[in-house]
Amino acid sequence: MTQLAFDTAHLLAGSLVLVSFLLLYQDRLYALLKIYALHALVLSASVAWQAYAQNAPHLYATAAIAFAFKAIVVPIALRRIIERLGIHREIETVVGIGFNMLTGMGLVALSMVVMLKVTPEAAPLAREDLAFALAVVLLGLLMMTTRRNAVSQVVGFMSLENGLVLAATGARGMPLVVEISFAFSILIAFIVIGLFLFRIRERFDTVDVGVLHRFRGETR
Amino acid sequence: MTSLSFDAVPALLWTPLAGALLLALLPGDRLKALANVAVSLSTLLAALGLLIAPRPPAGTFVLIDDLNIVFIVLGSFVGFTTSVFSASYIAHEITVGRLAPAYVRFYHAMYQMLMFAMNLALVSNNIGLMWVAIELATLTTVVMVGLYRTHEALEAAWKYFILGSVGIGLALFGTILVYVAAEPVLGEGLPSMAWTSLIARVASFDPAMLNLAFVFLLLGYGTKVGLAPLHAWLPDAHAEGPTPISAVLSGLLLNVALYAVLRFKILLAGNGGAFAPGPLMVTMGLASAVFAVFMLYRRRDIKRMFAYSSIEHMGIITFAFGMGGPLANFAALLHMTMHSLAKSGIFFAVGHIAQVKGTQRIADIGGLTVTHPWLGWSLVVGVVAIAGLPPLGIFTSEFLVVSSTFARAPLLAVVLVFGLLVGLGALLLRLNTLAFGEPRGETHPREASYLPMLAHFGLVLGAGIYLPGPLVLWFRHVSGILG
Repeated sequence: MTQLAFDTAHLLAGSLVLVSFLLLYQDRLYALLKIYALHALVLSASVAWQAYAQNAPHLYATAAIAFAFKAIVVPIALRRIIERLGIHREIETVVGIGFNMLTGMGLVALSMVVMLKVTPEAAPLAREDLAFALAVVLLGLLMMTTRRNAVSQVVGFMSLENGLVLAATGARGMPLVVEISFAFSILIAFIVIGLFLFRIRERFDTVDVGVLHRFRGETR
Repeated sequence: MTSLSFDAVPALLWTPLAGALLLALLPGDRLKALANVAVSLSTLLAALGLLIAPRPPAGTFVLIDDLNIVFIVLGSFVGFTTSVFSASYIAHEITVGRLAPAYVRFYHAMYQMLMFAMNLALVSNNIGLMWVAIELATLTTVVMVGLYRTHEALEAAWKYFILGSVGIGLALFGTILVYVAAEPVLGEGLPSMAWTSLIARVASFDPAMLNLAFVFLLLGYGTKVGLAPLHAWLPDAHAEGPTPISAVLSGLLLNVALYAVLRFKILLAGNGGAFAPGPLMVTMGLASAVFAVFMLYRRRDIKRMFAYSSIEHMGIITFAFGMGGPLANFAALLHMTMHSLAKSGIFFAVGHIAQVKGTQRIADIGGLTVTHPWLGWSLVVGVVAIAGLPPLGIFTSEFLVVSSTFARAPLLAVVLVFGLLVGLGALLLRLNTLAFGEPRGETHPREASYLPMLAHFGLVLGAGIYLPGPLVLWFRHVSGILG
């Protein structure tokens, strides 16, 4: 593999981590969705580059799905949901932004240390990709745990999935079967989520998950 | 033998899948419930067929061996009895108006989808396919937990969905790492994801990568087993969903996730350089068991209480599998079987009890042996079984777990016995108010189906008194595989 191919892959995967950080400090829903679209865009560019660099044409399909579905359809659909339901546009966070960012940095450092240490024998491309992918996954987890709003939890989950796609494409020649079914399961997951948002709306005027906690079975 | 040589695997997969389609189209609530039972029975027959039919050689995607047959037969059996229970349970829910017809259709179709997903996860020879199947199983149960659309049900489903997805995400990362570890040895493509080829060549994989992968896999699939600290979805999902789903979750889905963990444990054990996965499982299992028994004391909701008891028992099973060795593995397998049967039996009883009482609050239920002798005494038998008292089957398996631990790690055994005793106290305390004393709370008349419940408890009792020789041989053999 040429140095250029490696550097570009590195750049794109690194950008994905950077965009994950951008997601982490958004405090308004519309902005969050726009950044998520950017996240998906970077992912699809990264996957497309991997397809080119590894000479694995089937990965272009994954890139196309990431682009069409995650960068365009999902953000628009979520935007519609927010508009139609009249959800509050500001996001409540459990902890402050500063603490969030610091924790995020710690997680990225952790994933670098862990992955680079255990994978000295793997191909350099796969190795760096896995490290970045783990960072994106952990940042997605962080976002899911520090947001109260259902929509932003969903966005956190989807950014986590993006990290997983990055990891799967970084692993050379991982069979296509898995990727396609993977894309499908994201689709299904999304339908389920959509279903839930509507169901939650039927009962309450909010999708703020914090409000739901009032109804916990134990406090009846 | 040729007359017997039908291929059971396609039947095992296509029957529930076709059943799901059929149930989505069939009219009439009664007909749907009956068709559900019929489809589940055919699946059970296909599963039993695995025992007698000659085994197909391991293919690219399908693998049948002694280990997964145990899970498949147990799973299909619980699936069938639950469908019988579900028929009378759902009929009552329709009568009282808790479920609209559209949801009944949805429920039955999803029930069979769940059976399909679980069988697929169990027979798959491909770590990626197994992951997809477990994800499918998660999604179907999420929508079923939210079926009643009450505040509590929605919150439970949402929590389950979020935690389940996190778990499934971590498991996928672990799966990818296993592939990355295998790829330099086995080459690109499907062989690097097939159990059979992975096991054959695992000795030459990079051990550090396998270690990391196992941590992710244990955390990921462990979430679905209900191991602390990622168990938070389990009590809510059990308490707020329809009771047949609670029975299937405890009796089936937790086992399937555990099966995934066990497969990877076998994989790691084959690599000399990788760490021993046992201690990790021992720690998580013991922590879950001890944590759950203390949580048993303050429960006010009857289904939630038995959900915590499921966490306890899954903890004990994971602990025993983590200890490893022929005796502990044997005990764990037996305990898993007994727990599946006893716990789903208890949920059958509890489902009917909640319906006759119109509530799940423990404070509003009392004196059941007086007002409803069949249900009351079944609950007594079930709780005595699950608490691990003789002569029922769980006593045998818990005794084996404890005695094998005493021989090798006495300190851990002390902790375990302490946990078991605390749990026993909590269960008997609650049982006393639930089953005996003055009848409390209002009572609604209803017809119950006792057969599934009695069948389960009968089997647990039978196993406590006498374990058939072939079963013992089979479990011994599987324990050997597990190492």
